[in-house]
Amino acid sequence: MNGAARLTASRRRWGLALCAAVALACAVLALLVGSVELDLGAVMAGVGPDDTIFWKLRLPRVALAAMVGAGLAVSGAALQPALRNPLASPDIIGVSGGAALAAVLALAWMPAWASTAGVPLFAFVGAGAAAAFVYRASLVNGRLDPYTQILVGVVFNTFCASLILLVNALADASRTRSIVFWMMGGVSVQPWPSLALAGSLFAVGIVMLMGQARSLNLSGLGDDTAASLGFDAGRCRATVFAASALVVGASVALTGVITFVGLVVPHLLRRLLGSDNRLLLPASVFGGAAFLVASDTIARWVLAPVELPVGAITAMTGGPFFLYLLRRHGRARAEDGP
Amino acid sequence: MSHASDGSRAPLTLAGVNYAYPSGGDGGGRVYELSLQVERGGMLAVVGPNGSGKTTLLRLAAGLLLPDSGQVSCCGSRTSVASRAELARKVALVGQQPALGFPYSVIEVVLMGRAPYLEGLSLESEEDLAVAHDAMRATGTDHLGGRVFDSLSSGERQRVSVARALAQQPELLLLDEPGAFLDIREQTRLYDLLEELNTSRGTAVVSVLHDLNLAALYFPTVALLNKGRLHAVGAPAEVLSYATVREVFRTDVYVAINDLTGQLNVLPIKGGAGNNE
Repeated sequence: MNGAARLTASRRRWGLALCAAVALACAVLALLVGSVELDLGAVMAGVGPDDTIFWKLRLPRVALAAMVGAGLAVSGAALQPALRNPLASPDIIGVSGGAALAAVLALAWMPAWASTAGVPLFAFVGAGAAAAFVYRASLVNGRLDPYTQILVGVVFNTFCASLILLVNALADASRTRSIVFWMMGGVSVQPWPSLALAGSLFAVGIVMLMGQARSLNLSGLGDDTAASLGFDAGRCRATVFAASALVVGASVALTGVITFVGLVVPHLLRRLLGSDNRLLLPASVFGGAAFLVASDTIARWVLAPVELPVGAITAMTGGPFFLYLLRRHGRARAEDGP
Repeated sequence: MSHASDGSRAPLTLAGVNYAYPSGGDGGGRVYELSLQVERGGMLAVVGPNGSGKTTLLRLAAGLLLPDSGQVSCCGSRTSVASRAELARKVALVGQQPALGFPYSVIEVVLMGRAPYLEGLSLESEEDLAVAHDAMRATGTDHLGGRVFDSLSSGERQRVSVARALAQQPELLLLDEPGAFLDIREQTRLYDLLEELNTSRGTAVVSVLHDLNLAALYFPTVALLNKGRLHAVGAPAEVLSYATVREVFRTDVYVAINDLTGQLNVLPIKGGAGNNE
């Protein structure tokens, strides 16, 4: 590690400034890039189709991608130390599986007129039910047990995935295509009131997670040592679980299941900025927003006017990159030995 | 242990403490009517068979468990009423530190000992850093500051964990089997270090350990637990007599003062465990 091997005020300042700058650059690029070349003069003047495209199509879409990316990345960054597992991602709490199952049920059998509002609503309720079930099933002696939680979450997701396949098989053929499309995850254009509602949910979740930063730093020491330092690791895990359930529920409701953001972004930032969660969590807000905004821009631009599912882009860029990081990390650790 | 002087400010006082784990089961780890005092600058080894309540005693002392009845006081604070943050500035706990799983540096781990002194998302001050560096010098880990904690040897990890505990500036240092899994050189370094900290800083040390020879070698006072009760407490030669060890551990042993070192030796005997069923 270069320089001071700890979090200093200047590293936090510059780290956050850098991440914010990258996120801003991604957002600006995303607003400018698209199947139509925007005339910025017209946008400024507030006239013509360019103005409509900017305010009604591009800006809401970029805003949604930024919120979902930020939420998923912070939640992953917090779940990894909370569950003491570097492979933890927002999906590991099982909430995305439950939300997806509920949404697919709505897509399969809900009358078409109700599905615009019904699918996100079902997904959010499904997320809540899944969170309650996984939480209860993961308690050992009244405390959320990290290893049990990971096992329960993985099994629950697999269970939901098989039920989704079953629903898909039983559903009317005209519905299956929209189910498959929804499953791939995608950032769509949502009306501003929905964005405001989702934004406030994300804000609550993110603030709850930030509040756990110091406690998360100590969680690797083990519950007893953390407690001897004045921190309740069990309560920290429960808070991170609840906040992540909120964030994941809101994001699955609006965009479907988008993987890899919550896994790759925290690991990359940890490599760059260190493991201290007092910097990692706020940096993940910007990093996650930048990653999903960039991925969504690629998704709608690369084969324009055909749009690719953004989940495919995050997985295709995130997967190989994650392996590269892991390999490099393994080598760095070997070199660091005595 | 003397019962003189300002007892309420003693680093550790247990008075008639009873505790049973809520999920009980076979009653392992229960303690009954424990009364014990560690004076300022005291150094106490807690020994006993598996399940005799050693770790329970330590967790009660750290305030991680609250007694069902009786009282535990650390440096004048009763654990049942003191806040966790208050206790964390007086009592530090070192267990066997597993890998952290994330690449924290050694200095970051030592600075975790300053957590009870920080607020919210604020960072450590220059003063916190000075305390951490002092703790690293005292434990011989100052050259490791920039290394990744998880890449250290087990002996280095234990010494860094002691440095982290010292950064809490505790009056009482609690250790649970700190020398387990260490080779003989690292064990010696660790217990030399604890003795040195006890002498130079006056930090009271209470350690659970299985190795009766190390307990006798380094600790002026030994508390022997048996089935959750305090069987004996006193100087090693008194507590770890042939008859007592044989009775409590239900194992035949060889106990003698080594002519060469003058040290108490407790040695196992082949088949010794079978003769006392």
